[in-house]
Amino acid sequence: MSPAMFLAPALLLIAVFFFLPVLVSFLMSFTDFDIYSLANTSNARFIGFDNYKNLLSDPLFWKAMRNTLYFVFLGVPLSLLVSLGTALLLNSKLIRFMSLFRLAYFLPVVTTLVAVAVVWRYIYHPSFGLVNYFLSLIGLGTVDWLGNPKWAMLALIIMAVWKNFGYNMIIFIAGLQNIPPELYESARIDGAGKWQEFLHITLPMLMPTTIFVSIITIIGYFQLFAEPYVMTQGGPMNATLSIVLLMYQEGFRWWRMGYSAALAFVLFLILFLATLVQLRFQKRYSAV
Amino acid sequence: MLVSTSCSKSGDGEIITLDFWAFGAEGNSVREFVNGFETENPGVHVVVQNIPWTAAHEKLLTAYAGNSMPDICQLGNTWIPEFVALNAIEELDHSVDSSSTISPESYFPGIWETNLIDGNLYGIPWYVDTRVLFYRSDLLQQIGWDTPPETWDQLVEISRQLIDGGHSKYGIILPLNEWVIPTVLGMQQGSSILKEEACFGAFSDEKFLKGLDVYLQFFQNNLAPKGMTEVNNIYQGFQENTFAVYISGPWNIGEMTRRLPQSMQNAWDTAPLPALRHEDYPGLSLAGGSSLVVFRSSEHKQLAWSWIEYLSRTSAQSEFYHQTGDLPSRMESWTSLGLSDKKPTAAFFQQLKSVKNTPQVPEWEQIAMKLQQYLEYVVFGQWTSEQAMVLLDQDVNKILEKRRWLKSRD
Repeated sequence: MSPAMFLAPALLLIAVFFFLPVLVSFLMSFTDFDIYSLANTSNARFIGFDNYKNLLSDPLFWKAMRNTLYFVFLGVPLSLLVSLGTALLLNSKLIRFMSLFRLAYFLPVVTTLVAVAVVWRYIYHPSFGLVNYFLSLIGLGTVDWLGNPKWAMLALIIMAVWKNFGYNMIIFIAGLQNIPPELYESARIDGAGKWQEFLHITLPMLMPTTIFVSIITIIGYFQLFAEPYVMTQGGPMNATLSIVLLMYQEGFRWWRMGYSAALAFVLFLILFLATLVQLRFQKRYSAV
Repeated sequence: MLVSTSCSKSGDGEIITLDFWAFGAEGNSVREFVNGFETENPGVHVVVQNIPWTAAHEKLLTAYAGNSMPDICQLGNTWIPEFVALNAIEELDHSVDSSSTISPESYFPGIWETNLIDGNLYGIPWYVDTRVLFYRSDLLQQIGWDTPPETWDQLVEISRQLIDGGHSKYGIILPLNEWVIPTVLGMQQGSSILKEEACFGAFSDEKFLKGLDVYLQFFQNNLAPKGMTEVNNIYQGFQENTFAVYISGPWNIGEMTRRLPQSMQNAWDTAPLPALRHEDYPGLSLAGGSSLVVFRSSEHKQLAWSWIEYLSRTSAQSEFYHQTGDLPSRMESWTSLGLSDKKPTAAFFQQLKSVKNTPQVPEWEQIAMKLQQYLEYVVFGQWTSEQAMVLLDQDVNKILEKRRWLKSRD
């Protein structure tokens, strides 16, 4: 029997439950499939690229795009810095109770987001919240974190970074432990300081890990959904509306499946391009 | 041949199963009625499926798409147009005509109308809901108001006095994630919200804009807080004099009773909504609540109707009120329960006689969300109300394009 026969069951499953739906939703993105079409498919019209055109002229889409980019470009570097920082600290030989700390930092990752959101809503509460309490201790004014359009996204970024950095931290720790100790030993013999060690050994040796971590973090952060869905429902004034949240609202709330499908493919395109760029980087570095 | 009864029950198909979907607290309480109904109708088994409110709409649409609807269901009455558009629910006119339990006269007319689409009846009101004023009667008394405001101007005046006298931080709270109050104010000014057979938006028309002026003055004069999260807990804010007036629905009767301390139970009251002029009091409010509908796909429509009749008896409605606190849909139930002239439900009884439904188009909820979003920009001063409503009408006309196309095709 040929190998194709053995692969067939698995491939068939993937075809039916993955490629077929993707193809159908791609076709759907060229129709105005909506609640009326659900009643009677003859109510759906083939509208060519209209969904895509409307999307590009929809201020809400651009708002969601800006919000998502803001979230990604601030959130991803912040998340990488925090996770690398804690990984370095936890990898230090001076630290006691290391596994306890590792567990503590990893806990938010496995906590359900809804529970986290409830707690953070209290933390961000304008009059009784912990954050505003600390701000007032150092003499700064209070902020209506989730109610003010200027601050709401930042509040979500801080929360998301806090919730997710533990995962990247673990990967960084693994990366750090893979660096051969001889490198540090020889560097020390040559008279390198801690900072030089970090700059010339740790950082370059971690580069593959960093690229891997940043790719998955970027892909993950582009799909921002649960945080605003639970915390702000996209408000105030759409300040926390993300692309996936918009997609969800258009599709499952208003049942505008055609439009929603078009959104999904735009997001796919963006992620595809972002990943391509990063893979280029990775090639360049692995060639070194 | 003799077969033991326990076997025949599951095997011989004599038992008819009636699938009933209900949401949230109602879904829990309605189970209590199943036994009584099954005793009266031997051979019938009612299966109650309880669905959380937040998932209900999606679940119903998915069930429709997957062709697995229940026989009968509770439906928020703003959802009825959508399911009529889907051709999913059955007309009930004939059933009502021949019914001895259900007659239109015993229901609040404004509520009954929410179930009528193009002259056909699609649902029977199960319990009702509308918005009224919840206010701190003690604070109002301190500034010399022994009766609640009858006009919006009076409410503005009260808010000013409360704030100036240091009685409360704000007069009223108007949460920005609510489209109901601005819509109601537009209706009070006589706006039809949508126009030309509900095919175009009428938000930038003069009537709606005038309604918005009434709404916006509370923010412009700092009589209502702008930040959505400033009052994270309504009950706490109500209790701690952050505001003195809150516009809300019947579910808050129970909540206020539960959450406010015993000492404060005499300090709050309810009243119908203010009107624009004294002679129009009580002002119009929104017709809400849930109806019972029968799905076209059901194979037991007759039986489904009996279940609706059973739940619509005044005795059943009374019991249901005691369990859930949901206000009964039939006026007889109000009088027999003594709700119509007793605090705090009397205000609702008065209000329910003056309620109107939102435009009966499937797109309404989408339009309402847009209204809410645009108003947020107005409250924060980014646009004038006129600018925002012109933009809103553009959006709304786009949303209604499909509706116009379908109409032109018919």
